[in-house]
Amino acid sequence: MDIHEYQAKELLSKFGVPIPRGGLAYSPEQATYRATEIGGSKWVVKAQIHSGARGKAGGIKVCSNDTEIERAAEALLGKKLATHQTGPAGKLVSRLYIEEATDIAKEIYLAFVMDRSIERIMVVASAAGGMEIEEISAKQPDTIIRVSVDPAVGMQQFQAREVAYGLGVDPEIINKLVPTIMACYRAFRDLDATMVEINPLVVTKDKQLLALDAKMSFDDNALFRRPHIAELRDKSQEDPRETYASDRGLAYVGLDGDIGCVVNGAGLAMATLDMIKLAGGEPANFLDIGGGASPERVAKSFKAVLKDKNVKALLLNVFAGINRCDWVAKGVVDAVNDLDIKLPVVVRLAGTNVEEGRRILDESGLTVITAETLAEAAQKAVAAAKSGATQ
Amino acid sequence: MAIFINENTPVLIQGFTGRIGTFHAQEMIDYGTNVVGGVTPGKGGSTHLGRPVFNTVKGAVQETGAEASIVFVPPPFAADAIMEAADAGIKYCVCITDGIPAQDMIRVKRYMRRYRKEGRMVLTGPNCAGTISPGKAMLGIMPGHIYLPGRVGIIGRSGTLGYEAAAQLKALGIGVSTSVGIGGDPINGSSFRDILEHFESDPETDAVLMIGEIGGPQEAEGGQYARDHMKKPVIAYIAGLSAPKGRKMGHAGAIISAFGESAPEKVEILKGCGVTIAPTPSEMGATVANVLNSFNKVA
Repeated sequence: MDIHEYQAKELLSKFGVPIPRGGLAYSPEQATYRATEIGGSKWVVKAQIHSGARGKAGGIKVCSNDTEIERAAEALLGKKLATHQTGPAGKLVSRLYIEEATDIAKEIYLAFVMDRSIERIMVVASAAGGMEIEEISAKQPDTIIRVSVDPAVGMQQFQAREVAYGLGVDPEIINKLVPTIMACYRAFRDLDATMVEINPLVVTKDKQLLALDAKMSFDDNALFRRPHIAELRDKSQEDPRETYASDRGLAYVGLDGDIGCVVNGAGLAMATLDMIKLAGGEPANFLDIGGGASPERVAKSFKAVLKDKNVKALLLNVFAGINRCDWVAKGVVDAVNDLDIKLPVVVRLAGTNVEEGRRILDESGLTVITAETLAEAAQKAVAAAKSGATQ
Repeated sequence: MAIFINENTPVLIQGFTGRIGTFHAQEMIDYGTNVVGGVTPGKGGSTHLGRPVFNTVKGAVQETGAEASIVFVPPPFAADAIMEAADAGIKYCVCITDGIPAQDMIRVKRYMRRYRKEGRMVLTGPNCAGTISPGKAMLGIMPGHIYLPGRVGIIGRSGTLGYEAAAQLKALGIGVSTSVGIGGDPINGSSFRDILEHFESDPETDAVLMIGEIGGPQEAEGGQYARDHMKKPVIAYIAGLSAPKGRKMGHAGAIISAFGESAPEKVEILKGCGVTIAPTPSEMGATVANVLNSFNKVA
């Protein structure tokens, strides 16, 4: 789960990470009020969306008076902001973060990630901050410092010093940087994060250390024990199709094609999408119906897939183990009837009681297209979507 | 011989008396697995499915001589259950549980290193369908009847895609020595590489099918191991050709976050290691058959 910059800053600041003074605004009036509250003579108006690279996309504006702040706020609020991370559709800006402007002397990149190859929390830092990490690794790979944390004892002070000295900051900054690195680590560990990224972490001209931007992602599997993190979810930043599905316990990822997919198991679902592509079609979504594939879940999944108006054909692919095919077939028949589905539905069942499942579909009187193999199912779904498109 | 489990391996069920544990324990018993008992803290001393229930894994191992265990414990308590099994001297543990926090798994992996490698428990999963040595024993939740006993090893991150492969093989008359699910989580007990090592030294396995997906470095590491240390042929399929970068595709671990983690990149790496790639998911079985044929001709 991702959160907004202002939320990440608030969380990190509680652990001791220094952040600039700032405040949240939902309207141009609130934005100018926040600026007055903060004081000073220069402010930054920052669009709050779940994406990096907002600056290049025009989502961050430096202002020096109320009129400029109001204009910036009006230009951003209620609009969709598209960055190269969000894709062309962009994400809705409904909140702004107003922050005092900072005179930057040096920009640092600091991140904590979960390193899957060594199965540890890893610190990644670079003195070439301000750029995205992909750009740093392409242009200045030598500046990247990596330190991994032993899970048995946690991060040690000497490791934070190693990173801090490696970044080549002035001696008076070291005493601020080491506690900041330790604070990020504690936040990562205590909040079950999967990523903490401060880019840039800046040294100001008056020798202060400040986190100018902050990004955090969290382990969905650990949200049961982090209710205050779960509360930070902002559904306006999600694809509405995905919100609908995830609220019903389905793993769904929206794609751009026209074949709606319902599959049991994440791997088989990905393979089904691959097969559709290889057959010359485009999947509209990834959907893992999960274990069970009960009639209720089949109906829920069809409903979720049909929320996408681009869908021209449905493909259900279930390899039934414990959930027998006859049971799944009954679920399909009920769902097609109850939801009054008019689109072509291709069904591929395999596994336990497959003959009985096919018989139920054949005798249902519905125009369900059945397929025996994965390849056949994909071909039939692609053909169905194409003929539907020309009607 | 198969790997990890056979008809004699004494098995414990952790989370024995719960709804899911009970259901699958019965399925495993029906398949012929030597289930010797189970563990549910607080229910020790009772009997369930005709087998004794214990409060602790240590107690169960002492009484029954169990060597393998399968964990059906809910996510908040699963890491604890795995560490308990490791400490009690269980040799092979399958964790089925889906939804264990990644930091819990990091702790589990670190904890297991306190035991010397020779005596250390092998963990597969979590978030997997388990392991089956067809015709001998099943330590998992798969439909046992889709596997034909035979001489091909299967390693996969996904449950149902593994079923798909087993069914394709069966349709071609090809059987399986052991099928091992390593699970869809980012931090897992054993990697492709770890299991390839076991298959390479198993006299009853002739070839290995690796079923991978997007995300993480483990498919590439498996390929490098096959290139450097294996004589047996390895066949692979990587799911997620059409997966967008940075999106989690169902499995917690199925997310492209770094170079080399997409399906086309993994395919290229594996090809470079001499692994035969199944071009589509419906040709996993046929690709294995081709490799076996050409291998037998050479041998």
